Amino acid sequence: MIDITQPIYVLTIAAFVIGLIRMANPATARSGILWAGIAMAFSIGATFFVPGLSNLILIFPAILIGAVIGYAAARKVAIVNMPQMVAIYNGMGAGAASTIAAIELIRLGNSSFNITIALLGAIIGNVSIAGSVMAFLKLQGWIRQKPITFVFQQVINLIVVAVGVLFGIAFLTHSNILLPYRSALVPFFVLTVGYGFLMALPIGGADMPVLISLYNAMTGIAVGLEGFAISNYAMVVAGILVGAAGTILTLAMATAMNRSVGAILAGGFGKTQDENRAISGNLKPISSEDVAVMLAYSSTVAIVPGFGMASAQAQFKVRDLSDMLISKGIKVFFAIHPVAGRMPGHMNVLLAEAGVPYDLLEDRDEANRAFQDVDVSLVIGANDVVNPAARIQGTALFGMPILDVDRSKNVVVLKRGAGKGFAGIENDLFYMDKTKMLYGDAQDSISKVIQELKKL
Amino acid sequence: MIITDWAWLYIIILAVFVGYEVISHVPVILHTPLMSGSNFVHGIVLVGAILALGYATNDVERAIGFVGVVMATLNVVGGYVVTERMLAMFKKRVVEK
Repeated sequence: MIDITQPIYVLTIAAFVIGLIRMANPATARSGILWAGIAMAFSIGATFFVPGLSNLILIFPAILIGAVIGYAAARKVAIVNMPQMVAIYNGMGAGAASTIAAIELIRLGNSSFNITIALLGAIIGNVSIAGSVMAFLKLQGWIRQKPITFVFQQVINLIVVAVGVLFGIAFLTHSNILLPYRSALVPFFVLTVGYGFLMALPIGGADMPVLISLYNAMTGIAVGLEGFAISNYAMVVAGILVGAAGTILTLAMATAMNRSVGAILAGGFGKTQDENRAISGNLKPISSEDVAVMLAYSSTVAIVPGFGMASAQAQFKVRDLSDMLISKGIKVFFAIHPVAGRMPGHMNVLLAEAGVPYDLLEDRDEANRAFQDVDVSLVIGANDVVNPAARIQGTALFGMPILDVDRSKNVVVLKRGAGKGFAGIENDLFYMDKTKMLYGDAQDSISKVIQELKKL
Repeated sequence: MIITDWAWLYIIILAVFVGYEVISHVPVILHTPLMSGSNFVHGIVLVGAILALGYATNDVERAIGFVGVVMATLNVVGGYVVTERMLAMFKKRVVEK
């Protein structure tokens, strides 16, 4: 029989590249995932034509289970929770790469070169699955999102990963240190997975999106390496492609926050002695009625969305509000911070969902040029990305480019309560004389403002 | 089939450059969908997981392989649906315009 697998794999890779290129452009983005999807279906189908494949009675149920759970969960989840879904599905891919490594290593049939590659892939895959699961748990709120730190953390982490790698080396070199070299695989897997969990513990706050992107790149590399170990060209090329693309994306995200990837991995975001910083002024509540009046008598209004808008699902109401203001002849724009929310571009996705026209969205630089002429800035559940503390040396946010909302003439902050932001530090903006606080769920608050506006 | 020649290195270098080129021109609004899209692409690991389970010869290998196929399928199906849902929003906006 002619082997149709390889030609189909070649076409798959071509379609993946075309798909990614199309996904990189807003006009063609949607067809991009279709290209990649069709290619994926063909390459999976083609794999069944590989000669000598058995255990089909196990393969099909496994695919069925994965497909049903994967489809149902991805369909059901709210758009707001997409970041953690990306994290968990990424972790599943990493886990799959590690299982391939495990089987290859148990078999021991290959050259030591292949074992080295499989071990490397397993380390990266193990760190990625544990880290991705941790990111999922943090974003889902099942464990606390704040950085978790303890004494000698870095040292302990280093020891765990070093010992794990040593067991890997013992396996590779057939050295019976402590236990027979074949059994060394068990502590190797346990310790490298454990390191993945430990590594993600101190990372939280605004660094989370970068971390997810990093794990995405790592999974790509793990898949590529395991492809190498089992001599599967499609896995190598697709894995390396994602590894490279994901690395660039990670660096771009880190740059957008003016943080280095190294500093992010060191962790402890928001752990500096911020408590000692004195803030003058007090929080001044305002009623929705007064907000409506302020807005109605403005000539320019800036809307600054953040995670609060996402978690309250307020994007549709926000759109209603902006339509209403525009119909009153008020100039409205949306100031979008690249890392507002839980992922870069998170706000763009939500506002696109609500059908906010593209040309109303201004990026950080454009918005910052415009703030001095803004009468009212409406901050909807954004916190760290508008915190002027980022300009003060020694604060946890120092150096992160922010939206200069404090330069506008008036500021109204919609906020659930008086708590701190994701980074866990006080926001000077909220205490400024020109800032008023509208407390409550963002969706309720905006609905009330709209009601009041109608009465005017 | 064991890799013996340099062809792999050529493949890897070209793949790195293609990955770099694809991402370096992406507007910020597409960062999230693209991350999700590339997350779907490494779902190709399902191919390897099927092969690993398909060639498994004992129960330990079968058990590990089974878990691998389930996880890889979650990556593929979940990754596709999540990306599709994100990108669907962009289409809706274009239509309204």
